[in-house]
Amino acid sequence: MELKNLIPIIHLCEHYSVETSFFDKLHEEGLISITTFEQTSYLHQDKIVDVEKMIRIHQELNINTEGIDAVFNLLQKIDSLQNEVNKLHDRLRLYESDF
Amino acid sequence: MTYIDYYKVLGINKKATENEIKKAYRKMARKYHPDLNPNDKEAERKFKEVNEANEVLSNPENRKKYDKYGKDWKHAEEFEKAQQQRQYQRGGGQRTTGRFSEEDFSDFFSSMFGGGYQRRSEVKFRGQDYNAELQLELEDVYKTHKRTLTVNGKNIRLTIPAGVKNGQVIKIKGYGGEGINGGPKGDLHIKFSILNHSRFKRDKDNLYTTVDLDLYKALLGGEVIIDTFDGKVKLNVKPETKNLTKVKLKGKGFPVYKKEGQFGDLYITYRIKLPTNLSNQEKELFKELAKLR
Repeated sequence: MELKNLIPIIHLCEHYSVETSFFDKLHEEGLISITTFEQTSYLHQDKIVDVEKMIRIHQELNINTEGIDAVFNLLQKIDSLQNEVNKLHDRLRLYESDF
Repeated sequence: MTYIDYYKVLGINKKATENEIKKAYRKMARKYHPDLNPNDKEAERKFKEVNEANEVLSNPENRKKYDKYGKDWKHAEEFEKAQQQRQYQRGGGQRTTGRFSEEDFSDFFSSMFGGGYQRRSEVKFRGQDYNAELQLELEDVYKTHKRTLTVNGKNIRLTIPAGVKNGQVIKIKGYGGEGINGGPKGDLHIKFSILNHSRFKRDKDNLYTTVDLDLYKALLGGEVIIDTFDGKVKLNVKPETKNLTKVKLKGKGFPVYKKEGQFGDLYITYRIKLPTNLSNQEKELFKELAKLR
């Protein structure tokens, strides 16, 4: 199995001062995907930015994993609505001036 | 430097209990937290204010000092000197740890509390992501090119791929703020703002423009030459072309982002310009023509 780009969860727990159970809960909620190899759990490095955000939301706002899931869903919606607004602005510009 | 009413910031009264302060802080933090308000500068400012208020009011010693000197904070200077002296004797000022730095605190805070801010946790954090906006003209993004940007005093050589869209954000890993407590650097997010002062309108990868035709070319047909981002293009106008006729030039539109050699289409609308200030002879000839219809 290719372990390249995978970070052991235990290292992340030390680094961010969180319990391994926090990562297990995130995994249960489907927020992250944990890979297990020879009894060691790993997280893909591409997920680090999201995980850091989840840790901040959890530690600074006291929000549990179910809440983090809801927050992430809403943030995704905001992002897609913002993209939609940008697209519509661009399309609107087509009709703003008479050419 | 202005006096900041921390009680007002948290929406509580001066007799609020520790529990009420904690509750008010959590409520405000949830409202203005930067992770929940991406790209919202106003929320970021308020979040810092809320943090500052909590830092003062949740610490009984700081709260006491704030309540005592509050509006007369300028008189707290002596207190501050004494505080600094004590810190010095302890072997140096406190170091900033955690996600926020001293510059995240107001001058008012620094003046009263000496800027020493001790975060409770020792968590390593990735550096702050920087957001920058780059304004480019539509012509600039027709071809892939390199550009040097200066972000926070650092020069970054950036390749701007052809076909970048207005509002598109690209991430440059590791060009954000320094990590805290040994955490990794943040990223730089560049948002493209594409200005369009050209004769073309852009919708996704397609371009739209209008071309004026004189009456005679519209009736009898002929050739027109138009300027595109890729040079001049010769168009054959069919005889009896109607006003607002649209023609599509396949592959003459805008480059498709990150798909080399692929282009959108160019849509041309013909606008027929009628002759004005007709001479007597022209009027007569038009009358003759009218009789023939």
